[in-house]
Amino acid sequence: MPSLPDVMTRDAAALAASAAAARPAPDDPADEVGREPVHEPTRAALVEFLTRMGDNTLVLGHRLSEWCGHGPALEEDIGVANIALDLIGQTQFWLGLAGEVEGRGRKADDLAFLRDVWEFRNVLLVELPNGDYGHTLMRQFLFDAWHVEALRALAASTEVRVAGIAAKAVKEAHYHLEKSADLVVRLGDGTEESRRRMQAALDVLWPYAGELFLGDAVDAVLAEAGIAPDPASLRAAWDATVRPILAEATLRVPDGTFAHKGGRRGIHTEHLGRMLAEMQFLQRAYPGATW
Amino acid sequence: MYAQLVKTDATQVRGLDEMPPEERAFQERIDRGEKIEPKEWMPEGYRKTLIRQIGQHAHSEIVGQLPEGNWITRAPTLERKAILLAKVQDEAGHGLYLYCAAETLGVSRDELMELLHAGKMKYSSIFNYPTLTWADMGAVGWLVDGAAIMNQVPLQRTSYGPYSRAMIRICKEESFHQRQGYDIMTKMAGGTPAQKHMAQDALNRFWFPALMMFGPSDKDSVHSAQSMAWRIKMNTNDELRQKFVDQTVPQAERLGLTVPDEGLRWNEDKGGYDFSEPDWSEFFEVIAGNGPCNRERLGARVKAWEDGAWFRDGLKAHADKAVRARMAVAAE
Repeated sequence: MPSLPDVMTRDAAALAASAAAARPAPDDPADEVGREPVHEPTRAALVEFLTRMGDNTLVLGHRLSEWCGHGPALEEDIGVANIALDLIGQTQFWLGLAGEVEGRGRKADDLAFLRDVWEFRNVLLVELPNGDYGHTLMRQFLFDAWHVEALRALAASTEVRVAGIAAKAVKEAHYHLEKSADLVVRLGDGTEESRRRMQAALDVLWPYAGELFLGDAVDAVLAEAGIAPDPASLRAAWDATVRPILAEATLRVPDGTFAHKGGRRGIHTEHLGRMLAEMQFLQRAYPGATW
Repeated sequence: MYAQLVKTDATQVRGLDEMPPEERAFQERIDRGEKIEPKEWMPEGYRKTLIRQIGQHAHSEIVGQLPEGNWITRAPTLERKAILLAKVQDEAGHGLYLYCAAETLGVSRDELMELLHAGKMKYSSIFNYPTLTWADMGAVGWLVDGAAIMNQVPLQRTSYGPYSRAMIRICKEESFHQRQGYDIMTKMAGGTPAQKHMAQDALNRFWFPALMMFGPSDKDSVHSAQSMAWRIKMNTNDELRQKFVDQTVPQAERLGLTVPDEGLRWNEDKGGYDFSEPDWSEFFEVIAGNGPCNRERLGARVKAWEDGAWFRDGLKAHADKAVRARMAVAAE
């Protein structure tokens, strides 16, 4: 049932090599970012960016895994676990590469289990508690619609390892979006109660979506180098995905442009600390043990 | 074994000569090793017993998600988290196959769920024990899935076609589960003193509950005899328990762990281990609802079901609207 072999493929270098083989050779390979030596400011920005990607998938994957055995239907228990598995698998790639580029010998597990809350770089949206299942689905939908656009752009990154991970992950994200969008429509346009719940979720979560499109100096460096898109450039495509689905779901898009932010700089909600206390318990309580 | 104490309604097992012609033809097909398929004639007792057995097995799979789900959010590495998630997801999948198999006998998944929630159907006693440390994830895979496989492998040859086919799919995944459990135990038993302590402690707590999974001795049970005649039970509880002990004790030795049974001895004459009986009064208490986690386990399932009602109703309402819209178009 699970796509375990895929999930467990952790060899980012092999993935990148296959992605590189599928791409036309650059005019001058020495110019290609991702080969050593990387320009220092770019390297620092790249580590930051990879950490943001990996923390988004780690934290959201963790939240989804909290549903395991508690979903509203058996099919949902299976589906949500599948998406959590994909996201944890992607985390292994992103954080694995972050550690590699950083060059301080940290592995994906060190980054996931041994950083404290201020070092996490995920957007606030993904760390919010699950709420009811409608809340979980709405959060997933708003994220998936961004994730697909971000990964699609990243698949054309000048950094071959980034492009390799994105090319694999975008296929999974497409499936996630298909599922979450479908359920948002069916529950928005379902019973009065299901519409009320989906609208309430949208009202709460909408102000957290804006952070996905806020850029900073890190993004500027990477956009300049062609490594990652300017976050703001993804907004139009996201709107083009999200608004028609919400309309079909008979849901009203909240007014206002206010966006909660801070996660990408390490300023989080109170919820993340509790999540990490649980997630990191064994690594913290038994330092140096292998599992 | 995920189905325990399954009753058959039989008061005695009848011989072929005592059966009406239709039932006799049915029994002869089973004796020839033929599979019975959903639309074919079957005795009412066979149908009812299978519903009880498959339903109990399905419930065990979905309640069985909970003790391991308890550690998914605390898994110590990303790889362990992914493996455990995949395993618990498999269990939900097994539940789904089994509910589908039960549906071919004329009972819906919702009806079975309601019987579970009302306490009128059981799930395996083992899932009423708590998972207290990470080593329990190893012990559950190694011992609980290991015990389940003992019963499920022979059930691949059971007489009811849909059950047999579900079991074939399930067994493939269960052996992976058992291996991952043993792999966790290997790491823990070979790890730091604290990890080794957790491993031994997990074995201490799960050993006898695992032996109880096979149920009390049924060598004199008319229900077991009837189920064996129908080939929906392939071995006695004692045979399976013996096989499990004989397989598991050397594995514990390889881990450097001690099986918590002072009565455990190799018996050269029978070519197997002698071992102590579990405390059957504890087993019957757990079955009666007095295990350490009965209330939490059933409560979690009832809560998931009740909290999910709006979700299921919403999807149904949407589907009904879509049907009405299509009919309106067709009527134009």
